[in-house]
Amino acid sequence: MSPIFLFLTFVALLSALGVVFAKNPVHSVLFLILTFFSLSGHYLLLNAQFVAAVNIIVYAGAIMVLFLFVIMFLNLNVDTEPHKPALAKIAAAIAGGTLLLILTAAMKDIEPLGMAAGATFNSQIGMVDQLGMKLYTEYLLPFELASVLFLVAMVGAVMLGKREVGERNF
Amino acid sequence: MLELPALGWQSIVIFVVFAVSLLIATYCTYAERVIAAFLQDRVGPDRAGPYGLLQPLADAVKMFTKEEFFPGGANKALFVFGPCLAMITALMSSAVIPFGNNMSFGNNAFFLQGIEVNIGMLWVFGVVSLGVYGVMIGGWASNNKFSLLGAIRAASQNISYELAMGMSLIAVLMISGTLSLREITLQQSVAGEWQFWNIAKQPLGFIIFLVCAFAETNRTPFDLPECETELVGGYHTEYSSMKLGLYLFSEYVNIFVVSAVMSVLYFGGFNFPFQYELRDWLVSNHDWTLAGAQNLITLLGTVGLFLKIFAFIFFFMWIRWTLPRFRYDQLMRLGWTILIPLAVFNIVLTGGLILFGVI
Repeated sequence: MSPIFLFLTFVALLSALGVVFAKNPVHSVLFLILTFFSLSGHYLLLNAQFVAAVNIIVYAGAIMVLFLFVIMFLNLNVDTEPHKPALAKIAAAIAGGTLLLILTAAMKDIEPLGMAAGATFNSQIGMVDQLGMKLYTEYLLPFELASVLFLVAMVGAVMLGKREVGERNF
Repeated sequence: MLELPALGWQSIVIFVVFAVSLLIATYCTYAERVIAAFLQDRVGPDRAGPYGLLQPLADAVKMFTKEEFFPGGANKALFVFGPCLAMITALMSSAVIPFGNNMSFGNNAFFLQGIEVNIGMLWVFGVVSLGVYGVMIGGWASNNKFSLLGAIRAASQNISYELAMGMSLIAVLMISGTLSLREITLQQSVAGEWQFWNIAKQPLGFIIFLVCAFAETNRTPFDLPECETELVGGYHTEYSSMKLGLYLFSEYVNIFVVSAVMSVLYFGGFNFPFQYELRDWLVSNHDWTLAGAQNLITLLGTVGLFLKIFAFIFFFMWIRWTLPRFRYDQLMRLGWTILIPLAVFNIVLTGGLILFGVI
C-alpha cells in the first residue's frame, strides 16, 4: 500500500466521521466535500482520471453547493433540534448494526476484478476514450436513456422557472 | 500508476506559472483603475511611482496594515477559511493551461505548461465550479444578512451559469475529440494547411462561454453577489484587511485564468499565424537549427498567448465600465431560458455540421 493511498484513506475516514459527528450542519457539509475530494484522490490512484474529475464537478461542485445553499437558509441551532426518545435511538443502532453486518458478510468473499492470480489489469481502462468506447458500444441504450432523462429534467427546470401569465417578480 | 509531475524543469515551470498569475492579478488592479479613468475621462492613479505603477504595492501595504476585524457572532474558523479557499481555487486552475509549446535544450525537453493531463478541460471546469465555495463560506460565516444574501446569490448564479458553460464546452469537445487543452491548441494550427481557430467553428459557443465567464467570475454586469447598491458589499461586507484583499485578488486571478482558457479553447492558444512558415524560413535562410527555431517559435507563441489574454482582460474591464448591472430576475432568466436552450441548440448544430462534414 502506497503512502498516498494510506493518507487519502485516513483523510476520507476522518472527514466521513466528521460529517456524522460535527455539531454544525455547515461543518458537516464541508467535511462531506473533503470526503469527496479524498475519494477523487482514490480514483486518480486507480488511473481513472475521468471519474475523478466528474466526481469533483458533479458532487463537490454542484450537489454540495445546493446542499450548502439549503442549509444556509435553515436556522439549525442545537437547542431547536428535537431529541429522539431512547427507544428510537436503540432501534436505529440495531438496524444500522445489522446493515453493517450484512454488508460485511456479503462483501467478505468478493474477489476484486483483476486481483485474481494471473489476471491482468488494463491501466488505460479509466481513460476518457476507453470509457466512451464502452458507454457507446456495450451500454448504449442505458446511456442514451439516462441522457434523455437529464434533458427532460433540465427542460422541466426551465419550464418551472418560466414566468406565468400575469405574474410579476418585481 | 499516476505519474507525479517530474521535478526539475517542470517544477520551475509550475513556479513561474504561479508567480505570473499573481503578478498579472496584481497589475490587473492597476489596469482596472487606469482603464476606468480612461473610459470616464479622468486621470486615474498617478502618484505612486512613474505613471502610478507602484500603486499595487501601495495597496498591498495598506491592506496588510489595516485592522483585522471579526464581526460579533461570526464563525471565526470559516471566516478565515473563506478567502483562503477563494484564493486556492482561483490559483489551481492555471496548472493545466498550456502557456507555450515545448522547448528543448540539448536532451532536456520540457513543456511550458504546469501539468499535461488528458482531462485538462474537465479540471478547469471542476475547479471553476469549486470557486463559489470561498464566496459562500465567507458570506455565511460573517453572520450578516447582507453577506448571506450575497453568498446565496453567488451560489445560485454559479450553479445556473455552470450548466450553459459546460454545454458550450461540450460543443468544443465534439469538434476536437479530446479533453487535453494542449491537444486542442495543437489541433488549431497544422503545418502546411489552412486551419482556422475554433472561434470560426464555434462562434455561438464562444459567445455563450463568454457570457458565462462573466457570471462565473462575478464581474459586472453579473456582479450581483457583491452588488453595492443593494447589499452594501455583498459577501465581503464584513471583511477587512488582507482577507478582503484575497477576495478582490482572487477575482482578478479568476479573470486571468478564464481569459487564458478562452484564448486556448477558441483563439488558438499559443499558435500564431504563419508560425511554421517563419520556422522553415529561419532554418533554410538563416542557418538556424530546427530546435533553436522551434524554441523561438515557442517563445513568440507564449508572447502571443499573453497578448490574447491581455486583450480579454481589457475586454472584461471595458464591459465593467460600460454596462450597468442586471437585475437578479433578469440574470436568472438569461441563464435558464436563453443561454441553456441556446447551448443545447449549439450542440445539435455542431453535431449536424460534423455529420455533414462541414467542420
